[in-house]
Amino acid sequence: MNMVTTAPPRAKVEEKLFQNRYLVDAGRPHIRVKPHETPSASLVAMTTLCPAGCYSQTESGQVEVAADGCLECGTCRILTRETGEIEWNYPRGGFGVLYKFG
Amino acid sequence: MGQFDKPFDAIVVGAGPSGNAAAYVMAREGLNVLQIERGEYSGSKNVQGAILYSDALEKIIPDFREEAPLERHVIEQRMWMMDDASHSGMHYRSNDFNEEKPNRYTILRAQFDKWFSSKVKEAGALVLYETTVTELVKDLSGKVIGVRTDRQGAPIMANVVILAEGVNGLVGQRSGLRPEVGADTVALAVKEMHFLPRETIEARFNLKGNEGVVIEAMGTITKGMTGTGFLYTNEESISVGIGCIVSDFATSGVTPNELLEAFKAHPSIKPLLEGSEVKEYAAHLIPEGGYKAIPQLTGAGWVVVGDAGQFVNAVHREGSNLAMTTGRVAAETVIALTRKREEMSAANLADYEKRLGETFVMKDLKKYKGIPELLHRKKGAFFGAYPQLVSQAMQTWFRVDGVDKVSKEKAIYSNFRKTRTLRGMMGDAFRLVMAWR
Repeated sequence: MNMVTTAPPRAKVEEKLFQNRYLVDAGRPHIRVKPHETPSASLVAMTTLCPAGCYSQTESGQVEVAADGCLECGTCRILTRETGEIEWNYPRGGFGVLYKFG
Repeated sequence: MGQFDKPFDAIVVGAGPSGNAAAYVMAREGLNVLQIERGEYSGSKNVQGAILYSDALEKIIPDFREEAPLERHVIEQRMWMMDDASHSGMHYRSNDFNEEKPNRYTILRAQFDKWFSSKVKEAGALVLYETTVTELVKDLSGKVIGVRTDRQGAPIMANVVILAEGVNGLVGQRSGLRPEVGADTVALAVKEMHFLPRETIEARFNLKGNEGVVIEAMGTITKGMTGTGFLYTNEESISVGIGCIVSDFATSGVTPNELLEAFKAHPSIKPLLEGSEVKEYAAHLIPEGGYKAIPQLTGAGWVVVGDAGQFVNAVHREGSNLAMTTGRVAAETVIALTRKREEMSAANLADYEKRLGETFVMKDLKKYKGIPELLHRKKGAFFGAYPQLVSQAMQTWFRVDGVDKVSKEKAIYSNFRKTRTLRGMMGDAFRLVMAWR
């Protein structure tokens, strides 16, 4: 895949996520963006609003999610509830972020 | 699994402060309680500042101080109004807070919740971790009679289900028991854990022993968005975070991470964190809609407690005490009905709301019912113009530069008038007073 993302660099968030503990449910992402041509303004807003920087926009304008670093806040679910562009579920029991301090 | 064959007296969904309070109180009184938590342990999915308010927990576990993992008892509260270079503050520090049974403590939620959960098990509840409730089971009349999980094949039945599933609780929202949370009534907060030697924290904040300081901050730190920042001292760490209303974030384009970085770099905050080691970065939603956002709280076979019921006092930054209190009161309602062998019907469970009305929870939320909307609507003034004006006024007043005091007073007054019309300021003050009453 030669997808180039145009989202601003978010190295700093990624570095922060390395501090956290996760149990990733490989191959079973708990958030999916539904296939789309043009994302809504709310979905595009997630490329800046997601506190874990999970969302990015491809060169052709679609919004993608890589949920491995997800902090499970639910912001994207709430912001796009009217557009219905994402499917959001909790990770299976025991998987996902494991806060050490909370 | 024989223990799942007959219905439980109650199922509690979630193991945060409200769910643990509910499960503990019911189990202690001999009810057959099942609690289901999606995290590996209670606390693994939970995030808070965090301050524990003793009163709410004392009413559940009077001697909690003997064993609960507590960080520092709070002896000093700082309220800061910040612009980009300054803070003006109101500080209240009192030796009276060094009392035998301190009033507030800083805590680390992952550790505290794990302890609270151990008490729930000791009291006799069955607690299933690493299990996500996927849906409610209803009978033909629509009464909730149990839950399905992502582990158990067959539904698990109960006389009543207490939904303590948090602000982002999917089960109640998807079952249509309450509306989805709106982006303009919920804040997104991000937080970091900064570790420092305890002597450094004590020297930096003028503390001895287990004394602690909390700072709540507002102003240009939220870049015109409705929100607040905070910094709390723990035993060997500092919790620092900032949160704003989700719809404000969406329109501003500011990333939460950048906002937190800017707050940490503020000249009033930076020296307090100097040399620390960051060990965690967390994010969580906070229900901020107050009284007007409280959904339907009871129905046939179900009750809502804690953040899922929007029980947060945004003005006083209180939440965990409302969570524990709603959990306890829901438990007491269920216990009373169970003992009288009464149905867990909508009409009978409505007693929970009556009981809550007698507590500080509903009284406080009612008192401030107009504030969340006001602060959101007038965010430009309350989170931008006023903090800047206050800072400029303070600086004009304190800077000694040969200008006489009468001229200084005039300059301060005219600066306020230039930024906000007299009518605008009077209006804001009037609205704030009216909303506060």
